[in-house]
Amino acid sequence: MAEPARGVPGDGRLPPIQPIAIAVIVLIAIGGIDVSSYLPRQAPRAPVIAVLAAAALLLAANALLLARIKPFNWRRFRQVGGWYLLVYALILGTLEYVFVYDKVRGAQLAILTAMLVIFALNLPLLLGFSVARFQPPDA
Amino acid sequence: MATLAPPIEAAPTTGPDRREFDIVPVRGLPFVGLVVIGLIVAIATNSLWAIDFYHVVGGALWTALDLFLGLVMGPIIGSMSIPARLELTTRLMPKMLLILPTVVMMTLGAGFQLARHLGNLSASSPLHGWIVASYIVVGVMATISLGLLEPANIAVLFELKKERVDVARIQRLMKVFIYTAGITGLMQVATLVIMTKLASG
Repeated sequence: MAEPARGVPGDGRLPPIQPIAIAVIVLIAIGGIDVSSYLPRQAPRAPVIAVLAAAALLLAANALLLARIKPFNWRRFRQVGGWYLLVYALILGTLEYVFVYDKVRGAQLAILTAMLVIFALNLPLLLGFSVARFQPPDA
Repeated sequence: MATLAPPIEAAPTTGPDRREFDIVPVRGLPFVGLVVIGLIVAIATNSLWAIDFYHVVGGALWTALDLFLGLVMGPIIGSMSIPARLELTTRLMPKMLLILPTVVMMTLGAGFQLARHLGNLSASSPLHGWIVASYIVVGVMATISLGLLEPANIAVLFELKKERVDVARIQRLMKVFIYTAGITGLMQVATLVIMTKLASG
């Protein structure tokens, strides 16, 4: 369990949320490069699915680690994370539109969409945490 | 993402005026909306000129901003007084929070479509290797900017909003800008090499 932080959480010992979130970004970037480099053909599925599964597992683990931090400024986390979720939904939605417009279909589209969803959830988690960790905890 | 300021060594806190800034400059949002709508229209209408325009303008702004802020503004900010650095940071960084994601989206969205139009996406294209190289460069820059710089940037802005600014914390957070400036600069130069090669065939 994460060691309870004293005072401002960012000054205490916290679980490695940022390194794990960066690992998720790296995995999604590797998967995205692999899939994109084969377009318009399909990339071999096994490596991409392995990368995707690893990214999903790390994201879930990160969410669990985050949920166990006490005390924490959840209000600020939700505020920052919520706005970033909206921003990245817009940006990644534009990318999804490009894929659909370019007639990417079937398993290939499902894999790319899953990557975008993981990416869109990972970044608000990271950015919300990055701000909230330095704010006074919720009363 | 742009690299901004070297660390701040001393610790003055400033009055309420400095804290009265918008972390997200709301007045800029309609312009961002217009750019996004324009990008979608450019892609949907298959206009090669519009797609090329978006890619070239977005890419030029992105690269120029990154290199200018990192290599020119960074050292200048490093030589400024602490209050001046804080003043500049509170005015500049919120604007960068809107401008950089917008130019990145313009560049990448239009660039992918441009490659498709020109046939460079296909593995049989003689320039396909250069396209894959550009994916790798973007992957590295995305990891640095989204994983390291953006979290530091947003945390600094919230810190500057506080009644008592912890300058030592800002200093720690902004060290990441220095550590990554070289890699970001190198990636932008690589981008210039790749894009000029793709343009000249």
